[in-house]
This record gives sequence, C-alpha cells and structure tokens, in this order.
Amino acid sequence: MSEPTSDVAHDVVIAGAGIVGAACADECARRGLRVAVIERDIVGSGATAAGMGHIVVMDDSDAQFALTRYSQRLWQDLRPQLPDDVEYEQCGTIWVAADEEEMAEVWRKHDCYKKRGVPTEILDAQTLKRLEPNLRDGMAGGLLVPEDGVLYPPCAARFLLERAQQRGAELHLGASVAEIGEGHVRLTDGSEIRAEVIVNAGGASAPELTLGIEIKKRKGHLVITDRYPGFLRHQLVELGYLKSAHSLRSDSVAFNVQPRRTGQILIGSSRQYGAEHTEVDNDVLARMLRRAQEYMPGLATMSTLRVWTGFRAATPDKLPLIGPWPQDKSVFLATGHEGLGITTSLGTAKILVDLITGAKPEIPAEPYLPSRATKECTHA
Amino acid sequence: MPSQVTLTVNGLTLSVPAGATVAVAVAMAGQACRISTGGEPRGPLCGMGICFECRATINGNAHCRSCQILCEPGMEVTTDE
Amino acid sequence: MSRDSQHRFDVLVVGGGPAGIAAAVRAAECGVRVGIVDDNATLGGQVWRAGSAEGDTKEAAGWRRRLRTAGVTTVCGKRIFHQSEPGVLLAEGADDLIELSYRSLVLATGARERFLPFPGWTLPNVMGAGGLQAMVKSGLPIRNQRVVVAGTGPLLLAVAAYLRGHGAEIPVICEQASWSSLVRFGVALISRPEKIVQAFELKKDLAGVRLVANCWPLAAHGQESLDSVTLSRDGKPESIRCDYLACGFHLVPNIELPLLLGCQIRGGYVEVDDFQQTTVEGIFCAGEPTSIGGVDLSLIEGQIAGLAASGSTGEARKLFRARRKARRFATILERTFGLRPELKSLPSPETVVCRCEDVPYSRLQRHTSWRAAKLQTRCGMGPCQGRVCGPATQFLFQWNPASVRPPVFPVRVESLAGFPDVTEPEHTVGTGGTA
Repeated sequence: MSEPTSDVAHDVVIAGAGIVGAACADECARRGLRVAVIERDIVGSGATAAGMGHIVVMDDSDAQFALTRYSQRLWQDLRPQLPDDVEYEQCGTIWVAADEEEMAEVWRKHDCYKKRGVPTEILDAQTLKRLEPNLRDGMAGGLLVPEDGVLYPPCAARFLLERAQQRGAELHLGASVAEIGEGHVRLTDGSEIRAEVIVNAGGASAPELTLGIEIKKRKGHLVITDRYPGFLRHQLVELGYLKSAHSLRSDSVAFNVQPRRTGQILIGSSRQYGAEHTEVDNDVLARMLRRAQEYMPGLATMSTLRVWTGFRAATPDKLPLIGPWPQDKSVFLATGHEGLGITTSLGTAKILVDLITGAKPEIPAEPYLPSRATKECTHA
Repeated sequence: MPSQVTLTVNGLTLSVPAGATVAVAVAMAGQACRISTGGEPRGPLCGMGICFECRATINGNAHCRSCQILCEPGMEVTTDE
Repeated sequence: MSRDSQHRFDVLVVGGGPAGIAAAVRAAECGVRVGIVDDNATLGGQVWRAGSAEGDTKEAAGWRRRLRTAGVTTVCGKRIFHQSEPGVLLAEGADDLIELSYRSLVLATGARERFLPFPGWTLPNVMGAGGLQAMVKSGLPIRNQRVVVAGTGPLLLAVAAYLRGHGAEIPVICEQASWSSLVRFGVALISRPEKIVQAFELKKDLAGVRLVANCWPLAAHGQESLDSVTLSRDGKPESIRCDYLACGFHLVPNIELPLLLGCQIRGGYVEVDDFQQTTVEGIFCAGEPTSIGGVDLSLIEGQIAGLAASGSTGEARKLFRARRKARRFATILERTFGLRPELKSLPSPETVVCRCEDVPYSRLQRHTSWRAAKLQTRCGMGPCQGRVCGPATQFLFQWNPASVRPPVFPVRVESLAGFPDVTEPEHTVGTGGTA
C-alpha cells in the first residue's frame, strides 16, 4: 500500500472537474471546507465542453422543475460576478408550437409555470414571427420564458474552480482516479488522497468510479455555424416530441437552436441510446440538420465550422443523483444530470454541500437522493 | 471573353481585368475584406482559401472566400462595415 | 437536399497540383477510369497556379497536355469535406453536393504556408509569400510597389523573382536561416544539376536584390494598412518602408483529409510505403503531405502513386531510384530551413495569435495543451479550423494538434444534411427537452 500523498486530510475530494464538480468545489470552499478536485483530463473536458450551455427551467416533473428553477435563480444571482468569457446572456427560451396540438401544450406549460412563479408569455403566430422572423411560416405560436439564458460552459467551470482555488481548494489535472471509497481516493499512479467525503462528479464516467450507479451514456451531436448576427434572438426548442413514439430505444432528433454572443448559431439536438464511440454518426447528424432546416429554412446555406459529439449522463428517472451513496458512507454522488448539467450545477452544489454538512437544503432533496428506489420509466 | 469585368464593391463600381478574383477587386477598391472580432481591418493572408481573412459577402451570400472566386459582371460585393 | 450527382472512378485523385496531375496521368495511361478533383476553379495547385495572363512552365504545360490526352475527368470547384462511407467522398460546390466513389484513392492535398505571429502581422497587405504571389497571379497590381519578402525557405526566392518580374521593387529578401545553412544548401545543390539551372534562372531575375540571412521581421507598422516593417538584421533593428510584406515560414503539409480517412501520421507527415500507399488499404498519398520536397519529388511520388493505385507496380518500381535522389533534396530543405528559437519571442502579449477569434498571445500562454487553449479561449475554433494558428502554436508552445473531425472544411448546413440513405421515419420523431 502506497504512502498517502498528503498527511493533511481533506474534508472533501471531488472526482471530476466538469461544471458539476467545479460548482461543488466552489460551494465547498465558500463554506470553509478543505477541498481537492481530481481530474484526469482538462477542466470541463466531458459533457461540459460538448453541451449547449442552456440555462432552462424544465417541467417534466415537479422535482425537475424545482431543481432547475432553484438553480436558474442561483445563476442569475451569480451573473454580476461572471467574467466576460463566460458569455452569459439572458436571451430567453421560446418553446415553439408547430400546430394546435402543440399550442395546447403551450397553454399547459404556461399554467404550470405561472403556478410556480416563473414568468412566461404566450406568443401567437404573429408575435412569434415578429420575435423570430427566420422561423418558417405557419407556426402556431409559442411560449417565451424570458428568464432562461445561455452561457459558455468551459469558461464557467474554470471560473468556479478559480474561485474555489482562491479560497484554498486544490486542483489536480491529469490525475486519473483508480478507485474511490472508504475515505480515500487512489490514483492510477498508486498515490492516495484521504478525505472525510469523496464526491463522484464523474458525469458519464461516474459508473467507472462507483460500481452500481445506474447511469447510461446518451450521445448527442451539435453543430456550430459561422457568424450570422441578428439571425436568431432566443434559444428555440420544439414541442414536437409530443408526437413521438415514446420509446426509450430509438434514436431521436429535435429542433433546438441557440444564438451565441459571437453571432454563431449552435444547432442541436440528438439523443442516441447505446452508442459508445465518439465519432460523428452521419445519419443522425443529417436527420438533426434536416429537422432544423424544417423549422428555420435560412439555416440551410449557413457555413458550418465544426461538428462534435458528447455523452450525457442519463439516469432511469431523468433526475440527477445528489447525496450519499448508500453502499459507502464516505461517498457522495453529484452526477446523472443528462442535458441539464449546466442549469442545475449550482443547485446541485448547494444541495450536496447541505447534505454533507447536515444543513437543511433549500428545496426538498429526497427526489435526488441516490437511495431512492429506481422507478421503471414509462415514457421518454 | 471581355478583357474587363465590371462589379460593385460596397457600392463603388469598378472595372477589373477578366480573371481577377473578388479579393483583388476589393483590394483595388481600397477596402479591407472584413473587420475582425476585435475590430481590426483584415485582408487576405494565404491567397489559397485556407485562412478565411478574405471573407466577403458576394451577391448576398455571406462568408465567401473571395480569393478563390472569380469576378463576374454585375457582382455585388460587400465587406464588413 | 440529396446528392446532385455521383461520380464513379477506378482511381480518384484529390488535389490538382503537380503530384495529383502526375498521379492522374499515369493512372489514366494504364487504362483505368480516373478523376481528379480540386477546390480551385482550375487545376495547378499552388506551384502551377495559372494566373490571368500567365503561361505555364514547359514542364507544367506538358503534364497538362498529357492529362487531357489521357482522358482524365476533371472536377473543379468542389471541396471535399467528409466521407459518407469507405470508398465514397462528399464534396461541396458553389450550389451543389456531389459524391465521388473510388476503388483507389490518391491524396495529393499539397501544403500551405506556415505563418508565425509578430506585432502587426494582421495588418492588411501583410500576406504570405505564396499568398502575395497568388494574389498577383489573380490580378493584384504590383508594378512599382515596394515588397519586402521575409521568412524562410526557397519559396521566398521564387516569389521575389516572380514579383520582380512583374515590376515590383524588392528592397530585401530576409531569410531567417543562417549564412552557413544557406551556403551548405548551395553546396548541396551542386550535386543536382537541374537545381543549378533553376538557381541561375532565379539569379538573373534577382540580380541586384539583397538577400540577407540571419534576418527576420520584428514588427509590421501601419494604421489601416502596412507602411513599414522593422527587421532584425544580425541582431540590430532595421526599418524599411514598404507597401507589402510577403512573409511565410516554409510549408506545412495538408494532412487533414488523410487524418480524417484514418491514415497513420508520423512526425507530422502521412506515413507511406514504397508504393506511396498509406496505412489504409487502397489509399495512397503523394507530394508534400508525405514530406516537403518540392515539385520534382511531388511529380515522382505522384507517378508512383498513380501507377500503384492502378495496379502497375512494375512500372512504379522503375521510379524508385529517381525518388531516392529527389528525396535527398527534401532532407536538405528540412535541414536548411529549420526555424530558429528567436522566432518564438516575436509575439508581444497583445499580438493576435488566433486571427479568426482575435485571441492574443497573453491569453494562450497560460495553457498547457491545444485542447485546453481551444476550450478556454476559442483559439482554433474559427473558420480556419486551426490551419493558421495550429502550426503557429505548435511552434510557439509545443502543443500537439488534436485529431480531426468532419467537416474538414466549413460547408453549408444543407451539405451536412444531405447524406445518402437516410431513412426518415413516418412521423418525424422529436424528443422532449433541450440539449
């Protein structure tokens, strides 16, 4: 057995320097905990680098709504301190309805958000066209959520880690974790770091560190265009999923575009099940872009600069795992955020550190506890 | 084939020898092709379609690599303001 | 948008420079169906670029004639950006998307200039050496303009001679290599008579032009465009008024497409066997992507690749000796024109290194890898896809470049959406939620 790297035990060691690990480190340091972050690659090298950076309130379930709303407000509070390269913009989301069936969903969402105090505005067809002239004609309308925003995740993760480091947190990059548990983290070079609490913030790789976590990789594709300032003002997401076959098995694409501060358009999104390789899947990419062109024909002639893929960490009930791991009292999880990692990173960090320190979380934490029974999922 | 081609660059009409590229026309009009993200005027660097500094809008199409496009009669070329 | 046309070839050659043309000619003369594709409006690549009022060299004209006679199909103005499946490449034109399928492939994608940043290098009228030459060939008036030629490599002499021949005034050619390297280069050329002839021809064109070794640009000055250049000459700064600065630091191979197709790269060049075949069966590579060796080596390698790709290995073997000889020139080039370490200190903290995203040197310095720098600063995320800033940062910081992803050139959304054999389900399936 190797010598431990340090005689000074840490209060918390976090495995993973993505946005979630970074947020947790920042929160730990803020509360005076001695924290170290271990990352095998570079800051934000996983889904943090690959995702859209959308900060969005989602209502697939009460628990999802509570966490996204809680976390979105934390981002708004943090906004004044964010440096320029984090590119935070409160551009808002518009949920786009292509027909009357989807428009009914707009009304339902509006009522749901209204009851929970999230401002929204119902857009009729003309207003939608005025706000987003490059959407094709014939849309039924949409729902504007003005408090949603976007940012550039790798710089956000770096900012949070720098703040943590200013308060004494350690960051070890290029260090691979071989094993965590029972109060220590063992690296692949044989060295060990002792800690009271170990946090698995490994994202799609979390199951490698903690056996038994039910997380599956959900692959996505994204495309970024050259600069076309003024083409798009809000993040646009379609409501067409209502017509899907609700299958957990089939790969799917959806219309989802985002304006970046640079004037570039980020085009998504896709979800694949069981795909493990990082290469671009031509057919999925083509379908995703055709879907996007259907909603915004003007995209067709835009110059694309890059295409890339990433893996979301998906749990069976679509809620993240935040809290103590029942099988090892020194291990906590902060992972499984699927497509909402950026949004919920700040809320996750607060809840996690509340649970670690025994404070009362500001929203009920039960739905996210790893100890919850895994429910059978009935729809996508 | 005519020996001169007439086109407009940012509203300025000019005549260039046939076979000249749009990047050359922009240079002859005394304009920079584009303004960089930091506000600097830029012109062609590589001359072979690699560097993208020569980008201009040609007949409404943005981000055209002007060093690889031959001038055609009546072309409307605009560069970043 | 489905593919507008499909072309099928026995041998497809990518790149219309000397290596590509030679490959296409020899393959077609074997009787197989050959196509050559290039993104420019006409064939010739950089070295044999046809200008508006130019004639070809005798050698170039000869090869072009053979190309026509051999019945090679020429596909110009199309840019290859991806493969749809092994054996099928996708190329984008001004308003269409085409599919090129092949049994054997010859990659002759050539090289581009290496640019190194220094204060003022982003001013209009600071261009590559080959860059300015290309612009003049494309019609840029240069008569009576003052052009300082700087950087490194034999290209500088060829460019200076060309520009002078078109009426430019060349106050100086400034070569960063040392005098002793240049002298050794000159001596090595003695073993190659044809190079002596070339050198003499250049000497005529360059009579009276100062060639200074141990000399490199320190800064370019001007407001809206270039006014003057400060050079370091034997350690002392010297200012020269000029209208253009033609500055390039030798060449880097265009290996993006070979990388995309899975070819093994060694030391920055595509690894090939004696028959110019890469590590991927049926894919050959010739010319600058295998090593920077100039026109002569490109012509020989192109021929070997074209012959081997059509199965004529016996004929290909006959050129091995000539290739050995020509390769010696490539080795001499590499030895002579290596970059001196002083060039690493040229950029000031404010000097833009990534021109697409305006990322200055100071922001890049703190990162330890290309990937980290890319993610944190957007360096390399612009339209040049790292073709300019990649080689520069590799030299400045010793960063290793990342792997390549499609599209290897920026293309329209509709071109990426136009992949073949995409079956749409009956109802377009969407999925809830965001990315």
